Amino acid sequence: MILPLLLALGYAFLYLPIVLLVIYSFNASRLVTVWGGLSTKWYGVLVQDAKILDAAWLSLKVAIITASAATVLGTLAAVVLVRFRRFPGRTLFSGMIAAPLVMPEIITGLAMLLLFIAMEQAIGWPAGRSMTTIVIAHITFCLSFVTVVVQSRLVQMDISLEEAALDLGARPAKVFFVITLPLIAPALAAGWLLAFTLSIDDVVISAFVTGPGATTLPIVIFSKVRLGVSPEINALATVVIVVVSLAIVAAGRFLRPRRQD
Amino acid sequence: MTAIKVESASRRSSPGGRDQGRKGPAIGRRLPGGRFLVGLPPYLWLGLFFALPFLIVLKISLAETQIGIPPYKPLLDWAQAGVLELRLNLGNYRTLFSDDLYVIAYLNSLKIAAVSTVLCLLVGYPMAYGIARSSDRHRNALLMLVVLPFWTSFLIRVYAWMGILKTEGLLNAFLLWIGVILQPLQILETDLAVYIGIVYSYLPFMVLPLYATLEKMDRSLLEAAADLGCRPFRAFLSVTLPLSIPGMVAGSMLVFIPAVGEFVIPDLLGGPDTLMIAKILWSEFFDNRDWPVASAIAVAMLVALVAPIMIFQHFQRRATE
Repeated sequence: MILPLLLALGYAFLYLPIVLLVIYSFNASRLVTVWGGLSTKWYGVLVQDAKILDAAWLSLKVAIITASAATVLGTLAAVVLVRFRRFPGRTLFSGMIAAPLVMPEIITGLAMLLLFIAMEQAIGWPAGRSMTTIVIAHITFCLSFVTVVVQSRLVQMDISLEEAALDLGARPAKVFFVITLPLIAPALAAGWLLAFTLSIDDVVISAFVTGPGATTLPIVIFSKVRLGVSPEINALATVVIVVVSLAIVAAGRFLRPRRQD
Repeated sequence: MTAIKVESASRRSSPGGRDQGRKGPAIGRRLPGGRFLVGLPPYLWLGLFFALPFLIVLKISLAETQIGIPPYKPLLDWAQAGVLELRLNLGNYRTLFSDDLYVIAYLNSLKIAAVSTVLCLLVGYPMAYGIARSSDRHRNALLMLVVLPFWTSFLIRVYAWMGILKTEGLLNAFLLWIGVILQPLQILETDLAVYIGIVYSYLPFMVLPLYATLEKMDRSLLEAAADLGCRPFRAFLSVTLPLSIPGMVAGSMLVFIPAVGEFVIPDLLGGPDTLMIAKILWSEFFDNRDWPVASAIAVAMLVALVAPIMIFQHFQRRATE
């Protein structure tokens, strides 16, 4: 049968590069593609590299702030799009939600940087490029992804639950926090995770809006990788892959039982 | 009592009472002031940080380059006698069309994106088909395995191919070892490496929409074709394939649109000859510090993407209706 074979080849294509990367991170040789015996020395080099550790810490902070802010704004936007049928500027609003999903990163990055420079000239804020500008840029492009995830959940939700609460005299804000929010919580968690992943992985937009002293992990990796393959980056990549895989398994466990509400 | 009060408030908010009696957006209908408060933050945020930047890009693309900070001249200027002068400079766009470098890079980006999309379809279709045909027990796991690489770092996945494709890399070592080639091949820093990188990175975006349409397909149509004496392969060509066109279009657009503007893949896997428009934009901005030309390239890139985005949205709307 040819179909299982093609399927197996497809998965081999998807996973072989990652597996090879992980194997070669334990290579003792400095020459990345010559096997020089098993060793964990590149992990030792990695944990002593202050530049990489600082960048990783900054990326983590940026991703957590971005994911949280994007989840709040994205959820509000989803509520607006699903629950408010008509309001002035609706077309513009839904356009602004949809556009970042398909916008090439390089254009978003350029546009955001030019905005920050224009703002600095006009009102003096933000002063220079820093973590603040990276966070603002990340929130902007992650927000739409959260909106899409939450939107699909809101559409599926049984509206009569909200209506019942309103008819029983609950105020709209209370209805949202007591009825709507718990029901869409899994989508919020999924949206947060998606925004976190997109933020911690972003290199192009960050490269535009970053400044001295604000180097995220992908920027460090990118500038090293442009010079060629290095065993230290293999070790770093392995750590990232392991952490992400564990996080996904944990998130899957956490989200699954709640999904059957 | 409260409910009645809220109801009357909503009547005031909808002049002509057009919304009355409609089932649907409960919170929105009864919340005239709150509605504004809920919508305002995301609206303002996107207006300030997403829409406004594009107007600035458009503005700078029409400005003249100058040496200084910022490296462009203002469009609006107070001319001597208190007359406001507007200077629009189409020169940057003229540069784009007259200099072969830009035209070639522009067309080459479209070509690379198109070829990668076709390759992605060829790899992704059998996978989506295989997953849709697999047993219920395995299907979720197989789908999960397609999505999983998407969650790991994009940059790292592209980087993984550098070690495989380079001249003294693992692929060449393998091919030499089995004796298919006698000399190592130059794969890294060619267009082929860029194709591999794009197909690899965007494969999940092709497989998922394809799977969604194939899974929804009515199996009895295939049974009917078989009953009428149709061979399986013929039934695939005349039943399954046409029915999966919406998924093929959605998947292709999801690959094509980001591939046109891809920067990281051609930068890491492509060579100096691999001209793609995003690479040119990057070097105009960072190396030449020519902001107006970089902005003009961004505008030109957006124009190229309008058509595929509209096709995508058209098919999406049909799929959701």
